[in-house]
Amino acid sequence: MLKINDLHASVEGKAILRGINFEVNPGEVHAIMGPNGSGKSTLASVIAGKEEYEVVKGEILLEGEDIEELAAEERAHKGVFLSFQYPVEIPGVSVTNFIKTAINETRKAKGLNDMPAKEMLKLIREKSELLEIDRKFLSRSLNEGFSGGEKKRNEIFQMAMLEPKLAILDETDSGLDIDALRIVANGVNKLKSKDNAVIVITHYQRLLDYIVPDFVHVLYNGRIVKSGTKELAHELEEKGYDWIKEEVNA
Amino acid sequence: MTKKMDLKDKLVSSFMAFENSVDIDAPVHDVRSEAIKSFEAKGFPSKRDEEWKYTSLNTILKHDYSVFPKQEEALDYKDIKKYFIHDIDTYKIVFIDGKYSSHLSQTTHDSIDVCLMSSALSKPKYQLIIENYFNKAATKESLASLNTAFSQEGAYIHIPKNKIVEKPIQIIHFSTGNESALLLQPRNLIVVDENSHVQIIERHQSLTENPVLTNSVTEIFANKRAIVDYYKIQNDKQSASLIDNTFIKQKRESHVSVHTFSFGGKLTRNNLNFYQEGERIDSTLKGVTIIGDKQHVDHNTLVHHIEPNCESHQDYKGIFSDRSTGVFNGKVLVDKIAQKTNAFQANNNILLSNKASINTKPQLEIFADDVKCSHGCTIGQLDESTMFYMRSRGIPEKEAKALLMFAFSNNVLNSVKIPEIKQRITKIIATKLGVKIGFDL
Repeated sequence: MLKINDLHASVEGKAILRGINFEVNPGEVHAIMGPNGSGKSTLASVIAGKEEYEVVKGEILLEGEDIEELAAEERAHKGVFLSFQYPVEIPGVSVTNFIKTAINETRKAKGLNDMPAKEMLKLIREKSELLEIDRKFLSRSLNEGFSGGEKKRNEIFQMAMLEPKLAILDETDSGLDIDALRIVANGVNKLKSKDNAVIVITHYQRLLDYIVPDFVHVLYNGRIVKSGTKELAHELEEKGYDWIKEEVNA
Repeated sequence: MTKKMDLKDKLVSSFMAFENSVDIDAPVHDVRSEAIKSFEAKGFPSKRDEEWKYTSLNTILKHDYSVFPKQEEALDYKDIKKYFIHDIDTYKIVFIDGKYSSHLSQTTHDSIDVCLMSSALSKPKYQLIIENYFNKAATKESLASLNTAFSQEGAYIHIPKNKIVEKPIQIIHFSTGNESALLLQPRNLIVVDENSHVQIIERHQSLTENPVLTNSVTEIFANKRAIVDYYKIQNDKQSASLIDNTFIKQKRESHVSVHTFSFGGKLTRNNLNFYQEGERIDSTLKGVTIIGDKQHVDHNTLVHHIEPNCESHQDYKGIFSDRSTGVFNGKVLVDKIAQKTNAFQANNNILLSNKASINTKPQLEIFADDVKCSHGCTIGQLDESTMFYMRSRGIPEKEAKALLMFAFSNNVLNSVKIPEIKQRITKIIATKLGVKIGFDL
């Protein structure tokens, strides 16, 4: 599904990613953990195609195709989805209108016609129920005045609507109370299949109790310094990141 | 001697010929004579005038404009249908090169008068209205005076009391390019009596690249509890310039709204003046400006709160790309006795290019002490993180921009009461932004 080879990326000349290697296969859930400033969000943005980040070296292969030169929207059309740590507010654009546009633009890129209105409504109803989203919420301006939990639920709602091949959840657990966390995780779990993959980026182990990873990677100073299974996440929760830093710096 | 003097001289010396061509005994003769004197004394405004600091007329005044078009040109409806709101039934007052076109128009005298200024100025049955209203709202400012001096043709609309006019009225001016450069000075008078309601759409459209300058004056009188909704669609060719002078006098409990959509033209100046002469009046001034290239749009508004318990709402949105320039100069004047005034003003702008600019200047002069007045102006750029967010969801750059622009303009678009106009404006905006509308509004 996704193969990253020796990826180096910088922003404004400052190197942030310094040689990332990892591979995600269909049906897998990978967690990327690490202390603040280790490059987790940068990795997510680079995969999604944020232009401010310059890929200096290496390659990002999606189903064997190098997507490094593709615009963010083209990556989205190929099935990459990034759930933002801080979803932006767009006054004047309703949740429904936004997701309709996203779906139809994706269909257009694939040479398909707009989704028929009836089908769209059905899909919206189905997916909003999955995320326990109130119908009134759908007509509000996107993320404007939403609580932290509402914003994250809305992100996963969009993910559910777009049905990506590769979903990257960037700190989706931050700012969530336990109920919202459960709803969001439940949504993600229901969307999981043998054909898609999820990368969960998180600082804490908490979310991983709900979205159980097959692999856990620790990112530090722009490199993956340790990989393991879900037990590694528990170890990090117990011992913190200092021992990793010491190991790396030794 | 500058070229600018030439046009002024030409106009002043044409005045006699003009007066000779129209009925010299008409009661407006004195008004016109006064007006030409006023224009002669003041001349065209220059950047030295505070109100014209950011808008220079120099480049548009240098053309050798014809003041009297030589011949009438016929146009086929099918060729110009697209400039009309044609999917609903409307009254139409259509002018070609300043001359009334009866075959394109649909006027009426059936309980309301929707007809021509030239008839109103010459026929005795309109005399009372002319005496009471003509040039009673327009100021003596030089361009308004110039129009008054040559006032002869335009729309005349009188809605007697208790009439809800079901069909909107379209006032459309075409210029055919018959003259190498043409100066048009339409003069509109709209009188809406007690409890009546009317909707008006105004458009100026040049059909060739020959320069056209329109210096228009519209006087609107909304009497007690009248409702007037006025829509100005400014999407002309880039060889055409427009100076729109609109003066609105409102009596108690009347509601008047003016929406100005400025997308085209070389230079557009909107002088929009509201005078609230009664209590519980509501005035709404809204606009969307989307321009590029070297286009220039200047909104100069005045709301004069003269009596207590009135409201005014101003909301202007501007999107500027390339080297386009915008001006918003919004004056709110609250007299000492105009207590309990609610006056709101907002002017929000997005600059899409480093070379585009906007000068925005709210001016509040408040002499009453128990009022609610607010104003806010913003100038911003498209937010990069918002763009990335949208693109990462599969919305391409151009469509993402367009969606943001529509969202930005939505407050103004949503208050348009005629759905066909909203659709039309939406279509014009989409064409301008180069997108197909794949989203609802």
